[in-house]
Amino acid sequence: MKNTPIQLHVVTRIVAFIILIFSIFLFFAGHNNPGGGFIGGLMTASALVLLYLSFDLKTIKRVLPFDYAYVIGAGLLLATLTGVAGMFFGFPYLTQFFEYFQLPILGETELTTALPFDLGIYLVVVGFTLLVILTVAEDDS
Amino acid sequence: MTNLLILPILIPLLAGVILIFFKNSKMIQRVISVIASAAMTGISGYLIYAVYNNGIQTIALGDWQAPFGIVLVADLLSVSLVFLAGILGLVTLFFAYQTFSAEREANYFHTFYLFLMVGVNGSFMTGDLFNLFVFFEVMLISSFILISMGSQRYQLQESLKYVIINTVSSMFFIAAIAYIYGVTGTLNMADLSVKIAQLYEQENSGILTVIALTFLFVFGTKSAIFPLYFWLPHSYFAPPAAIAALFGGLLTKVGVYTVMRMYTLIFNNDPIVFQILLLFGGLTMFIGVLGAVAQFDFKRILSVHIVSQVGYMIMGIGIGTPLAIAGTFYFLAHNIIVKSGLFFFAGITEKITGTTHLKKMSGLLKTHPYVGWLFFITAISLAGLPPLSGFFGKFALVIAGFEAGHYFVIAVSLATGVLTLFSMMKIFMTSFWGEEKLPDPSAKERKVGKLILPVLPLVALTVILGVAAEPFFLFSLEMGEQLTDPSYYVESVLEE
Repeated sequence: MKNTPIQLHVVTRIVAFIILIFSIFLFFAGHNNPGGGFIGGLMTASALVLLYLSFDLKTIKRVLPFDYAYVIGAGLLLATLTGVAGMFFGFPYLTQFFEYFQLPILGETELTTALPFDLGIYLVVVGFTLLVILTVAEDDS
Repeated sequence: MTNLLILPILIPLLAGVILIFFKNSKMIQRVISVIASAAMTGISGYLIYAVYNNGIQTIALGDWQAPFGIVLVADLLSVSLVFLAGILGLVTLFFAYQTFSAEREANYFHTFYLFLMVGVNGSFMTGDLFNLFVFFEVMLISSFILISMGSQRYQLQESLKYVIINTVSSMFFIAAIAYIYGVTGTLNMADLSVKIAQLYEQENSGILTVIALTFLFVFGTKSAIFPLYFWLPHSYFAPPAAIAALFGGLLTKVGVYTVMRMYTLIFNNDPIVFQILLLFGGLTMFIGVLGAVAQFDFKRILSVHIVSQVGYMIMGIGIGTPLAIAGTFYFLAHNIIVKSGLFFFAGITEKITGTTHLKKMSGLLKTHPYVGWLFFITAISLAGLPPLSGFFGKFALVIAGFEAGHYFVIAVSLATGVLTLFSMMKIFMTSFWGEEKLPDPSAKERKVGKLILPVLPLVALTVILGVAAEPFFLFSLEMGEQLTDPSYYVESVLEE
């Protein structure tokens, strides 16, 4: 592209980070409040898509050299194995556990096995969304 | 509360996910998917043993008890079908290794094959209506990918129809689930069975019949019942033989399984539905077989035959006595084995001659006698000649039909049997019998021994199910008793 859209680039650099931070907030808000892996993943994907849109495919591919198929695989694996973990202790598949802990900075925090499961979903959603959008985009060029 | 029940779903899921990371190594892919399929089959074999001896097994996922949580239920019907699916999956894998090009195998074939198994096994095992929808979708999405892999023009054209028709029926599926939830407030199948039986006793049970028929429309589309079968012959003609065999043997049967489950467990005393099942069962088998008689293409004949055979099963469910349900299961098991076996033979002859059109080949019996005779055994088994497995399924259905007094539909089924024999003999006479006529001379020397090997277990099974029918039939009868009395299922799910 010869005419570099400077305003777009500048705004994107800021906005993308705001969206990313918000997506992480949403991810951790999840499980008991609105939020979670799915919506956090979509939000992250939207930030990345914004990057792809305002810069071009090659530039971002250099910055983020992921094969998104592997991201989907990693997410699925994490989510499935979280369900399996309980089976070793004789609980049915997908049983979830939670406990409250005193963490140094955060104070009393609820730690749940739903979190790694959610992280798996997050990875699947990010990987899937970007894989689809990029496949369509590359097909066009 | 045994975790063993989740394994037939979990093993292929994990294996499929792991294979995403090994998409470039053919050997690892093959080894892992064969191990996964074998483990799945072995475990379901053990589950049959456990369920037969100890009664219906259930597991509440995530430790949320029924009717609020999602349960998996293993009764005789579901574990037997999971076992058969495992065997068919293994055979398909070995057949695919011989016939698939490297390129086709590289494109996540194994992953989606395993995900398809997840969907199929999940649909068989789940005890929750919404979960059934989810597993159906897992199965359908994998099948969309498998059916369009390879991207030939005809294949894509037919896949599109397949995708659209299945998506539409899924929409109706979710609508029907919403209806039933609106009426009863539950989606657990055992709980539904109890609540719907109570609702039928009230005066105004018309809405239940509407829901039952909406479900029949959904499952009818997926299992290709009479007015809704039009998509099947073309879609199953398009993909390569290994995939067509897997689909023809398994996917429509999942539809039949759900019909069986819904109308024995949930809507088991609806006055109208069973009449309709009988009517459409008869129409499906007869019109299906007429289509097969008219065709002159190996794979097309087989595809149309799927429709006709589904008709028998629907008729059996419509009759609804324990004997009829036993016969339906026997026929279903026989059909999974034989129908996919025939599709494999279509693939083998296609490999030899390069065509599936019957008029372009003849005299294969002289050049490839083993293929010819093994096909012959499988074909007459499909037509229902004793002492092979097809005979006993039909025999039980006919007896059950007479006992229940449904003479007309039984007459139709017997006529259909004759026409089935005719169309199978047509394949045998034109392509195997007669003068040697092959499209190209090199076809004569083409060796297909490696291709026959994976199909042998299927041929052996149809012979065993026929010659040693008694123990298997006693097993089916026990299943028939278990299915026609929903209290077994309900108690083992709700009394945990």
